[in-house]
Amino acid sequence: MTAQNVFFGIIVIASLIFFSWSCYKRFNLVTLGKPENRFQNVWKRLMGVLVYVFAQKRVINKPFGFNHFFLFWSFMILLLANTEFLINGIFPNISFALLGKPLNHGLLFLFDIVSFIALICVLNAFIRRLFFTPSYLETPYVKAKSFDALLILSLIGILMLAYFGIHGAEIILTDINLHTYMPFSNITSKIFANFSIPTIENISQVSWWVHAIVLLTFLNYLPYSKHMHILAAIPNCYFRNLEKPNTQPREIFKKGMQYGVSKVQDFTWKDLLDGYACTECGRCQDACPAYNTDKPLNPRQVIHDMKINLLENGKYIKKQENPKVPLISNIGEGSISEDAIWSCTTCGACLDICPELIEHMPKIIKMRRFLVEMESKFPEELLNLFENIEQRSNPWGIAPADRVKWASYMNVEEFNADKNEYLFYVGCAGSFDSRNKQVTLAIAQLLNTSGISWGILGKEEKCCGDSLRRLGNEYVFDKIAQENVTLLKNKGVKKIITQCPHCYNTLKNDYKQFGLDVQVIHHSELINKLLDTKKINIKHPADNLGNMVYHDSCYLGRHNDIYEAPRNVIELSTGNKPIEMNRNKNNSFCCGAGGGRMWMEENLGVRMNITRVKEAVDKNPKTIGVACPYCLTMFEDGLKDLKLNNIYVKDIAEVVAETLRTDN
Amino acid sequence: MYVVACIKQVPDTTQVQIDPVTNTLKREGVPFIVNPFDTHAIEESLRLKDRFGFRVAAITMGPPNAEYALRKAISMGVDEVILLSDRAFGGADTLATSKVLTEAILKLSTKDEVPLIICGRQTIDGDTAQVGPGIATRLNYSQLTLVDRIEHIDIENRKIIVRRKLEGRYEIVESILPSLLTVVREINKPRYPKVPSRLLADESEIPIWDNKFLKLDEQTIGLKGSPTRVVKIFSPEREKGEIIGDGLKDPEGAAKLLIEKLLSKELLPF
Ligand code: SF4
Ligand code: SF4
Repeated sequence: MTAQNVFFGIIVIASLIFFSWSCYKRFNLVTLGKPENRFQNVWKRLMGVLVYVFAQKRVINKPFGFNHFFLFWSFMILLLANTEFLINGIFPNISFALLGKPLNHGLLFLFDIVSFIALICVLNAFIRRLFFTPSYLETPYVKAKSFDALLILSLIGILMLAYFGIHGAEIILTDINLHTYMPFSNITSKIFANFSIPTIENISQVSWWVHAIVLLTFLNYLPYSKHMHILAAIPNCYFRNLEKPNTQPREIFKKGMQYGVSKVQDFTWKDLLDGYACTECGRCQDACPAYNTDKPLNPRQVIHDMKINLLENGKYIKKQENPKVPLISNIGEGSISEDAIWSCTTCGACLDICPELIEHMPKIIKMRRFLVEMESKFPEELLNLFENIEQRSNPWGIAPADRVKWASYMNVEEFNADKNEYLFYVGCAGSFDSRNKQVTLAIAQLLNTSGISWGILGKEEKCCGDSLRRLGNEYVFDKIAQENVTLLKNKGVKKIITQCPHCYNTLKNDYKQFGLDVQVIHHSELINKLLDTKKINIKHPADNLGNMVYHDSCYLGRHNDIYEAPRNVIELSTGNKPIEMNRNKNNSFCCGAGGGRMWMEENLGVRMNITRVKEAVDKNPKTIGVACPYCLTMFEDGLKDLKLNNIYVKDIAEVVAETLRTDN
Repeated sequence: MYVVACIKQVPDTTQVQIDPVTNTLKREGVPFIVNPFDTHAIEESLRLKDRFGFRVAAITMGPPNAEYALRKAISMGVDEVILLSDRAFGGADTLATSKVLTEAILKLSTKDEVPLIICGRQTIDGDTAQVGPGIATRLNYSQLTLVDRIEHIDIENRKIIVRRKLEGRYEIVESILPSLLTVVREINKPRYPKVPSRLLADESEIPIWDNKFLKLDEQTIGLKGSPTRVVKIFSPEREKGEIIGDGLKDPEGAAKLLIEKLLSKELLPF
């Protein structure tokens, strides 16, 4: 060991200590969060790490993701090379050469190729950031061409160049035969060949130190940059939510408790970990319907602000002092505005697309819970909604007795478990909204045609409470859910048909927490099955409806993975596959009514339903097919606003009912 | 100092039908709510509490189940509630009711001064708007009805200025305290109860004051003390129908008008 080795050893150890300390300091803040059990199901969690981290499943959903894929794998492989580099710098006798020539040469070959790939990837990324900047890379606080992003790219680039410097020199200085194993270092060696040996020795020395210093700088810069994700991604993926984000956790209502999140430490530790895992890739921002219609919400910003808030307040929280930066406020970076919190439609697009499996929307709901339950602070329109649902059990506050008015035009039985197989849970929109009552009648007609035995709850049916839960009014939701579950259990219900994806989701996923264990079927699935099994026979195709596009409702599609059933139904009844909009299936763009937004004014930005209607109209349809009462309302309103009165909006049940009409 | 909100639990009248045979209200299955005007009285009391630090007491007279209304008041944030409940109070008209409430407020004022009482302008079941003024008269408080804004309160100089919302005009009046206000809906937006106060409301003991405590002469209260008798309750006769459009000259137009009319009255299922 020479003096240089010792000196280097000291630097490495110091760097490692500093790195560990930085990591400790940052990750330790995560422990300020509330407890949450994310430990069960080890195998499933490990498999997820394989799929999402090592196979980069979501990253490569976008073409440029492949660049990251290659960079990621280069990184993994070079981790080996760099470990050897550091050890070898301290103990010159320890190197891969000890493994024997064949293996050593193999590794050299691998590292050489991979370093070149990494260099190309970095160049790609540079060019993209500088010249082809996608708009979604930018936020007011994080620029696409940020110092942070460009510095990291430069560091990686320099690292690779230094690698080729070291090994190009090595070929000339140690063993000319090595060039066969290092094709890219061989290029540098060709350049060096014109220099004198001492110059090449100098180049080798300088390259080595540049490599060493850049490597250690990179390591120590990581915890302070967005590249923290390199450290946080694996744990964040491991501790991901194993379920779809189609339900929210229950709250325990006891005296003296706090509800929801008002301060950063009210989040759970996993929420806080999310902050470190964000790569600022902007994909959630690009997918978010609120952001894309100029609302003050950007899911990426929510995560960023939460992280900044934690970093700013962490030291005070640790000392049990009050945080200095408020979490909910519009003072700027590090705070999330109420307008942002109320803009979310809970569509789930952000969660579905995030390569880091970050959970944005549930955090928004937690903050809504605080605002509603602790502060009674919410957009004015919601006061009526909350009181109407609590007192009249429907969002409009219409007399509950009117719930069965639609049924007065046909013979509908009240559900009786001894006689009826299915309960048709009509839902508030299907019971009170005049346009959606037509859908209800169409479904009832189809059910009768199919010969299955069904009934309704009649006047006893109540609002399912979906909007309440998504709006953060968990207290009232909890009461309603308990009452509804008791009612359904007492009635002996086993199978429930819903016409509204929100009822569907709430009955199926939310009510599980309240002990309801029944089969819940959306009408699109049931009708699809009835058509398939010829319980309903198409009399004539509904070709009068012309070209039809289909719009995926968020709570049917993204939240519950029902994409094919409604499409099949359309195909079977019109004879043609529905036309797809540019954004479809799990990429679908919300109509604007989810998450309780149905009941709120849309005063900020452009209207979400208009944006989506325009997207549909681009495909030149005569009919827009939907499978959700809210979507139906939003699309019809949008078409009216755009004065497009020659385009119909039809629920898929109406499309099928059309095929049974005898008058044409 | 107290501000007292007088409230009443009423059936949700939008859900009540009148039995055409017996001429009585069909009350079964109809949920009870706090008289909507009274929620504004509670809200205004709470706002005064926020401004002046009053203690807010909500009182109601009714059967034991009227405690629901008081729990709602607690969930909105009132400090104290009193349920006036006794068989002897039953069947009371506005006169007998105001006597009981008056006595209760007098009892309360032995604990601390009551410079302000706030009532809703009327109830949605009786629609008389008499109980508030009745209490004011019996207590000799100034009587400020139909208030839609409290312009100014000067506790020290015992002065209050309010705006009254009358038909087609406003009236700004000044009065000396103590006063009784009846308020209209426009005065405020009642707050939505927060969860901690809802939980408190669920757990609170509701104190009941009966006539053993108030010691009123039983001949002057309840049914016996009520000179008013309900003779008959009935739905007004329906007006005659109207003729719309011209079915001979323009059948299409007439059909359209008819359908629109039916739709607007929610008489068709869609
Ligand atoms: S759930 Fe939808 S609206 Fe809400 S933040 Fe995510 S993408 Fe945006
Ligand atoms: S939250 Fe996820 S999708 Fe959004 S910027 Fe961060 S890593 Fe990308």
